[in-house]
Amino acid sequence: MGGILVYALHDGEGNFNKNSLGALSEATSLASDLGAEAAAVVVGNVSDDQAQSLGNYGVTKVYRASDVPEGLAQPIVDVMAKIIQDDGFSYALFGGGLLGFEIGAGLTARLDAGVTMEVTSVKVADGKLVSERPILGDSQIADVGYVSEPGIIIGRLNAFDVKESGGTAEVVDVNVELSEWSTRAEMITRGEQRGEDVDIEAADVLIGGGRGLGSAEGFDACEELAGAFPNGAVAATRAVVDAGWYPYAAQIGQTGKTVAPKLYLAVGVSGAIQHKVGMQNSEAIIAINKDANAPIFEFSDLGVVGDLNKIMPKLTEALKARKG
Amino acid sequence: MKICVLVKEVPDAAVQKRIDPQTMRLDRSGENNLNPFDTHAIEAAVRFKEGDELPVDEVVAVTMGPDSAQRALQKAVALGADRSVHLCDDALLGSDVCATGKALAKVLESENPDLVLLGQQSDDGECYTIGAVVAEHLKMPSLTQVVGIEVEGDKLKCERQAEYGYDTVALTMPAVISVGDAINEPRYPSLKAIMGAKKKPLDTKAIGDVGIDAAEVGDTGSKTTVIALNEPPAKEAGEIIEDEDTAETVEKIVAWLDERKLI
Repeated sequence: MGGILVYALHDGEGNFNKNSLGALSEATSLASDLGAEAAAVVVGNVSDDQAQSLGNYGVTKVYRASDVPEGLAQPIVDVMAKIIQDDGFSYALFGGGLLGFEIGAGLTARLDAGVTMEVTSVKVADGKLVSERPILGDSQIADVGYVSEPGIIIGRLNAFDVKESGGTAEVVDVNVELSEWSTRAEMITRGEQRGEDVDIEAADVLIGGGRGLGSAEGFDACEELAGAFPNGAVAATRAVVDAGWYPYAAQIGQTGKTVAPKLYLAVGVSGAIQHKVGMQNSEAIIAINKDANAPIFEFSDLGVVGDLNKIMPKLTEALKARKG
Repeated sequence: MKICVLVKEVPDAAVQKRIDPQTMRLDRSGENNLNPFDTHAIEAAVRFKEGDELPVDEVVAVTMGPDSAQRALQKAVALGADRSVHLCDDALLGSDVCATGKALAKVLESENPDLVLLGQQSDDGECYTIGAVVAEHLKMPSLTQVVGIEVEGDKLKCERQAEYGYDTVALTMPAVISVGDAINEPRYPSLKAIMGAKKKPLDTKAIGDVGIDAAEVGDTGSKTTVIALNEPPAKEAGEIIEDEDTAETVEKIVAWLDERKLI
């Protein structure tokens, strides 16, 4: 039985992504059940100390490809494919994140491997890993196994908890020749922040605005409503941030922030999985949406089917009147 | 140059989706539609053809699926594709991501495109992986979830949001790009375009026509297997208010908040 190789994403300066650290902890625990080892792979600018520090999450070995740039998937496919083949890993595991999806998909093709994505949990059955994957809008959970090695597992955002175990890892530098096509994508700028730097993580109440608001101006009404709550702030879906209606710093979900306020009030938000994973642990969820079939109603505590343009101003008024 | 757009037929959003317990596959017998994300990819391709930045001769919609998937292709053509290719073969039934990627790559190879566009995800499978799988088989650079593309010589400058903010990446063509829904606002097809779509060329291909080995696709070629389907932990259903009288609705919301000491 070969081990589990985990990609550890970082910001370009060796500060690792929380979802990657969760994947390291998960891989360590699974590998111990399999009687195998878990290892990490990092690329780009990662110092000895930073690489060794991944041992704190249980892995014993960290492969480092310093010459390979961080942030683009295909060069990392080259690196991971070589390590998996040379050292006989049985699985590759990714924490939730866009790059993990791309690398995992690339490995699927390169290594003729089975892949599962949006995995919320991994278990061991008969000495093999089985992925639990919610399907059909999370209405059912499929247990998916692999018919050959390696198996590729791409986790859902926040699926794996970070567990610190102490310890340091051995760092092994690797040199990998990149495929021709992997060099035909070039990072021009990485991690550009758009819009003002707003803080949504400290708020008790978040008004989450989506495309149903209709325009950037729709966020004025959200800010009014947020102001009517004690310690309220406004958050946004990716679609509206991509459209330039609201700052990136306020974005919830897959490539944004994960929040768990006392109240999340979603207005004009359909409730796509990528958004859900960033706010589903809120203590209470209210949704206002005119589409009765919107997935958000499936995980709201209170759902209001109606026109947000009518409801929001009146709700703001009522809350302000109460505050006095 | 030629742009291929990968499209997919998906169950209509309003239809309750279900898994056939016998085959463990999605029951695709009901109302189906073109995957909404794919309409953005077609729009992007058609805009390249209409504009003068890229010398696009042809936009070809490509799909893999049962007979009914022709409807998705006709919709793609109504939205502006010049012709379409339908990979349709019983041997493909039950293909997982790995097998589907191989099959699609083979059809695309037969078209030899300069650019492959697709929607960032399908409405039914909720997976964002096919673009990157296909790219690897075609040995092309790729990027997913792209929301802006600018042409710079033989390069496409793409922007997309990733974990740390917005990335701008230059891809040298030929390339595979999956697009997000913020990239454009797809047009509505004209009645004339809808009527004309059935007259545009539609090539139906079996796996042998594009050199796909039956052992590499379908159930036999798949590398994953669904072992069981389970119900998620039961969650108490939320309360639903249909807004008829807004004053009353607001009263109910405020009472709900009050009860939970949220105000």
